[in-house]
Order: sequence, then C-alpha cells, then structure tokens
Amino acid sequence: MSEKKTNRRDFLFTATYAVGAVGVGATVWPMIDQMNPDASVKALASTEVDVSTVNPGNTITVLWRGKPVFIRRRTQDEIAEAKAVSMKELKHPEKDEDRAKNPEWLVMLGVCTHLGCVPLDQKGDYNGWFCPCHGSHYDISGRIRKGPAPTNMEIPEYKFVDANTIKIG
Amino acid sequence: MSEHEYTPKSKVGKWFNDRLPLLTLANHLTDYPTPKNLNYWWTFGGILTFCLITQIVTGLVLAMHYIAHADMAFESVEHIMRDVNYGWLIRYIHANGASMFFLAVYIHIFRSLFYGSYKSPREIIWIIGIIIYLLMMAAAFLGYVLPWGQMSFWGATVITNLFSAIPLVGEGIVTWLWGGYSVDNPTLTRFFTLHYLIPFLILGLVVLHIWALHVPGNNNPIGIDIKKPSKDTVPFHPYIVIKDGFALLMFMIVFAFFVFYTPNILGHADNYIEANPLVTPAHIVPEWYLLPFYAILRSVPDKLLGVIAMLSAILILAALPWLDTSKIRSAVFRPLYKQFYWILVADVLILGYVGAMPAEGLYLLIARVATAYYFLHFLVILPVLGFKERTIPVPLSITEPILGGSPNLATAKNKDSLNNQ
Repeated sequence: MSEKKTNRRDFLFTATYAVGAVGVGATVWPMIDQMNPDASVKALASTEVDVSTVNPGNTITVLWRGKPVFIRRRTQDEIAEAKAVSMKELKHPEKDEDRAKNPEWLVMLGVCTHLGCVPLDQKGDYNGWFCPCHGSHYDISGRIRKGPAPTNMEIPEYKFVDANTIKIG
Repeated sequence: MSEHEYTPKSKVGKWFNDRLPLLTLANHLTDYPTPKNLNYWWTFGGILTFCLITQIVTGLVLAMHYIAHADMAFESVEHIMRDVNYGWLIRYIHANGASMFFLAVYIHIFRSLFYGSYKSPREIIWIIGIIIYLLMMAAAFLGYVLPWGQMSFWGATVITNLFSAIPLVGEGIVTWLWGGYSVDNPTLTRFFTLHYLIPFLILGLVVLHIWALHVPGNNNPIGIDIKKPSKDTVPFHPYIVIKDGFALLMFMIVFAFFVFYTPNILGHADNYIEANPLVTPAHIVPEWYLLPFYAILRSVPDKLLGVIAMLSAILILAALPWLDTSKIRSAVFRPLYKQFYWILVADVLILGYVGAMPAEGLYLLIARVATAYYFLHFLVILPVLGFKERTIPVPLSITEPILGGSPNLATAKNKDSLNNQ
C-alpha cells in the first residue's frame, strides 16, 4: 500500500456511494414533490364568467384558482387616463394596451404583488387600487405606482368566449 | 458530569444504574453546582420549560377535537369553545400560552444580552437557543393559521409570500408551500402536521441546550468563571428548585390573569371571522411577539431587501458571540455597554410599537431610524465597544468582595489581563 493506486476496492466504494446517492435522491424527491399542487387542484384551472350585468365604472370579483380576479368595466375617462400615463413614470413599465386588449375590460389577478393581499377598489392616490396591508398604490390599469410592491398586478390568461362571457385560465 | 462518581445506595438501584446510568444523571441534576448569586432573571429557563410542556399537553388535547380541513377547521374551533368539556379553558391556555412563552423567551434572551451569557465558552448554548427561538416563531405562526379565521388566512398568505421575494425560484417555492395556487386546504393540512411536529423538535433542542449549559455551568450576574463546587456555588436542589418554583408561581399568576380575565386581548377580533379569500382585513398585524421584525420588514421599501433585512435581524443574533469583542461578560462592569443595552431594549420596544401602526408618515420614519439603529448596535457599537470601553474591575469570586474567600485560580490569572484594557 505504499503507492496510491486506484484499486478494485476504491472502485467498489465509489460505485456504492454513487448508487446510494441516486437511491436517496429517488426516495426523497417523491417526499418533496407530494407538496406541489395535486391533480385535483390543477383540474380547477379555468372559470367562465358572465359579465353581461357589469356596468361601466364597476368591478366584479370572481374566484379563480382560489385567488380573486378583478373584472373592471372601465369608463372612457378611465381608459383615457390609463393611456395618458408616460412610461417614464412607471416602476414596472407596461402599456395599457398590452394589459387590456379590449380597453373597456380590465381583467387581472386581484392580488398585490408585494405579499399577496387583496387590494381595495377605487382607493389610493392613483384612482385605482390600494393595498391595505403595506400601502401599495395601483393605477386604473393595475400598475404599481407607489409602495413596496415590485410589479404590476398580474394579467391572467383569458379570452372572450362571446360578447358577454369571459373564460379565465 | 464526570466530576464525581455516584453509587446508588440500594442494590436494585446499583444493578439498574450499572446498566443504564439514569440515577447518575438524576444525581448530577440535583447536585449540579449553581452560582449562589443567581437572581430572578435566571428563573426564566425553568419557566420556559414549563411553557413548552404546557403547550405540548394542551396542544395534544386540542388535536383530539380539532379538524384540519378548510371547510371544518373554523367550526371545529368553535366546537371546542362551546361544546367540548373545558374546551374553552384548554384553548385559552394554549392560545395565551404562546404569548406567555414568548414573553418568557424575550426576558430570557435579554437577560443573556445583559449578563453576556452568550460569550465564550457558552456560544453553542446560545446558538441552540436561537434555533429554538426560530422554531418557536415557526410553531406560533403555523398554529395561528389553524383556526382558519381571517387573520389566520391572510397571515399565512403574507408570510408564505415572503418566499416569493427570492429571485427565480421564489414563485415555485410559494406554490410548493401552498400545494396549490393560493393558501387553501392543502396548506392547512400540512401546517397542522408541522405545527404538531415542531414542539417535539424544540423539546429535543431544549435537552441539548441544557446539556450544553451543564458543561461550563451557569453564567452569573457578575459574569466571572467560578470554581465548582466551592463557596461560590449551591446545589441545584433544593436551592434553585425552590427559587425557580417561586418565580414560576408568580409567572403563573400573570398567565392565569390573561387566561381567565382577558383571554382575547392579545389576539385579533378579525380571527373570529371565517377565512375569506376575497377580502383582506383592513389592518393586517401579526401577533405582538413578531411585531419588531414586522416593522423591520416594512421599513425597507424594496421587497427582497425587506425580507433580507427581517431575516438578518434574527440571524445576526447567532453571530453575537463574535460581534461582541469585550472579554468582560456582565454589563455590571461595563458602564458604556450598560447604557447601549438599555437603548437597544428601547429600540426593540419602539420597533414593536411602530410594527403595530400603519406603515406611513411619521411611523414609517421612526421604523426606519429604529431599524438602522438595531443593525448599528450589533454591527458597529458592539465590536467597537469591546476595544474602547474602560471596564470596572471584576471581583475574583462571588464571595471575594465580602469575605475575601476562595478565588478561582483561572479567574485570578485572567483578572489582570481583563482589567488592563
């Protein structure tokens, strides 16, 4: 044993450790992954909403994947206000056209991007939403204007199935 | 433990002890030499053990009646309050017990800060203590979610969302914690499991905490190394047992006052409204014992940096034995540190107060100043003070100033070097 030479035993040790590590990994992963959303949670992925009764200037809130979705029918003034904002003023620059394909309807997750509270409608300094938890102000396009939230409120995937029905998800 | 040999008197005792030395352990615990000058601030270790046992026993009983399901949790808690025999008492002890536990742990921590108990050779005791404190906060948060009231739900939402501040993987971690796309039934069931588990982890760590304590022995109000056993020590039983017992009785009076006279004063009325994922309560405030850290979180305008600041505020404590460069343990002999200590106490109380107030205007300004000072204390003041401060000479032993007796040789040798700073 005077000179260091890789022998049969070294190979067996290394091979045993390697197989052991794979085995431990394969056993631990199911224990971790079981906490991810299960099939029944994923199955509730889309919701259809009838918006025929919503008047301009009103917001309805619907539950999608356990989270509130705000559907606001905006007035012409509000649309004009949202479009007039310069990108330079925004912490997270997004054009209103990109957030509301049909400018009359703003469909977005009613979840503050700071720590997940539900902002209050028609409150705050920017005529949009205000989060009561830690004081984030959003404008009428749901864009963050003031406070700790890092990004604009999220726009979920949605489409108009017909003139009066929105499918979210 | 190896300082003395113990032989049980009875034959059966000796037979058993040779096979499992439990009686040696019991003898070590009763005879354990304790500094004779321990004051009442030292009784909170025993009080905390009592708090842990109380939470485990009442928690076990509550778990027999509670149902961890989003549709039934809220009602099952009301069922405990109204229908279960003495359910109201057991739940109020458990709920207020959490507050009493934190009250005691804060006194315990600040005692350690005042008397320098975290310093060499007690760093491991201190770090185990910080881990216990972190687990206590986790257990308290998880437990607060279980009644599935409005504060439960939105507290869980806000706290789990802290992880979303982590770049790239944050959102994935939050979804994983929730088991869905929002806080919901899968979140509740796993929180219940973890809430059940953590107290037993704490129990294990408490054993290590006490074990690590029994290696160097207790620190004491004058913070010197003492010879044990000597004129400076008394056996744990009966001296400390009686003292701890008396302090525990006083503590239980306070505890009972909350449980019987004002059981809801430390909670929030909103938590008697069932969880509603569509409405956030107007003021989300954590339980009082988390308020200082909440104030630090809110005082930083950036999301990620706010979370980092809050976690650092707790983790910085683990580095304290190395941040405090002074060789003198007790603040009794550190005239400057003593003043900074009380400023820190005031600073933490101020943080707690502004944490309960809305994060705007003057409150926000105060929170920012207090947050900055908190870090200044640990990162600048303590390291510098160890070099700059002129300390008061420490006595050679507890009895020396009065009787001139039995100095510990190690302390005597150290004394010159300590006092020459």
